[in-house]
Amino acid sequence: MSRPDVVVTGLGATTPLGGDVASTWDAMLAGRSGVSALTQEWAEQLPVRIAAQLAVEPSEVLDRVRLRRLDRSEAIAIIAAQQAWADAGLAGSDLDGERLAVSVGSGIGGATTLLAQDDILEASGPRRVSPHTIPMLMPNGPAAWVGLELGAKAGVHAVASACATGAEAIALGLDIIRSGRADVVVAGGTEAVIHPLPIAGFSSMRAMSTRNDEPQRASRPWDRGRDGFVLGEGAGILVLERAEHAAARGARVYARLAGAGITSDAYDIVQPHAEGEGAIRAIAKAIADADVAKQDIVHVNAHATSTPVGDMLEIGGLHKALGDHPVLSATKSMTGHLLGAAGALESIATILAIRDSVVPPTINLDDPEPGLTLDVAAHKARHMEIPAALNNAFGFGGHNVALVFARP
Amino acid sequence: MTRDEITTGLAEILEEVAGVNPDDVAEGKSFTDDLDVDSLSMVEVVVAAEEKFGVKIPDNEVQNLKTVGDAVSYIAAQS
Repeated sequence: MSRPDVVVTGLGATTPLGGDVASTWDAMLAGRSGVSALTQEWAEQLPVRIAAQLAVEPSEVLDRVRLRRLDRSEAIAIIAAQQAWADAGLAGSDLDGERLAVSVGSGIGGATTLLAQDDILEASGPRRVSPHTIPMLMPNGPAAWVGLELGAKAGVHAVASACATGAEAIALGLDIIRSGRADVVVAGGTEAVIHPLPIAGFSSMRAMSTRNDEPQRASRPWDRGRDGFVLGEGAGILVLERAEHAAARGARVYARLAGAGITSDAYDIVQPHAEGEGAIRAIAKAIADADVAKQDIVHVNAHATSTPVGDMLEIGGLHKALGDHPVLSATKSMTGHLLGAAGALESIATILAIRDSVVPPTINLDDPEPGLTLDVAAHKARHMEIPAALNNAFGFGGHNVALVFARP
Repeated sequence: MTRDEITTGLAEILEEVAGVNPDDVAEGKSFTDDLDVDSLSMVEVVVAAEEKFGVKIPDNEVQNLKTVGDAVSYIAAQS
């Protein structure tokens, strides 16, 4: 039996650049930054006082009573999933729930719920702790809520691989469809942890930019002046579908999810391997799995978070695994780093780059590292034909995920 | 506190916690069947009612509070 093709038929997102995919993509192509100063009182004492906050608050989309029962990461996963579902033409459809699965993960999960309820516990005692606490903070919460929303009965799955989560959730969706366990998988990632504790934790690792006076210039992958990542929040969701199933219902197809590669470093809990060995293997596996010629992969949406070490390691890995021809983007220069949602949002950017024949810009690349030997669409979007493209995502824990998308 | 005042107070809690229209809240209404209050939200209603009316509603009493009227009677007897 031949392996079924898998295509992308729906996209949804809520991000620091916009409340949906169209506004986010427009802002990306225009090179806008979604980073701003944190003006909340709790930010005053933090070493990092910038972040990429949602452009549209969930309260503008979901009703108040519903939001009381949802962690912010769950609310935005539902919002993005609703968009993707409608975009795929599946809203109100008679799709068999037993052929629908969900694969939606988060890097950190319901941390803000945990911390808020702990404040209540300390101040008012255990009886005042919300009965919704557990379903709000459990790491499978976003996947479970999306499954409830859409009626998914073929399984709801919650991948957790830190900043590779969104991409790995999509890779799992590909596996589920290929193995015949579902015809449609709603896949992606969500993250909402702009709160003093996660910021303090990342900050203590010296992983975050402290360019507090210039928020929009803080996320600057591959630039010599980069000093760490900028925390972002948001959700990105894709509808993956067996190609024959999509064709049978006349669905619009954005791109083919041609292949995926997943590896683990077994090297260090947070440091990437010094030669990027695991990343190189993930990219090579994805290319082999996709059965796409290397020279057709002309664009890469890189993981490139704006950290001093990781950015350049990825360049070396891409050189070795793919060659010197691809044109790169680091869309985190505009969105900040959405952690568990990053791989999903950047997959959406990769897919739209293929559709619109345009490489989104990398902003703030004013003074490129001498080691940046690959071509980057700096400052401005670049129009070019893109038969196929790669999206990388790496996570603390030594997770490496590469996805190859191609024209349908 | 009159029964009407307690009912009005419960209606405020039910609107805040579960989005119930205050006009739908009356003594004869069942929390689960008529007002669509699920079990987790009922826990929130009870805790909020304890605070608002200065009473204690033990967990083993909650199962007897099927209707708004049951809750009004219990709170009226306690306060």
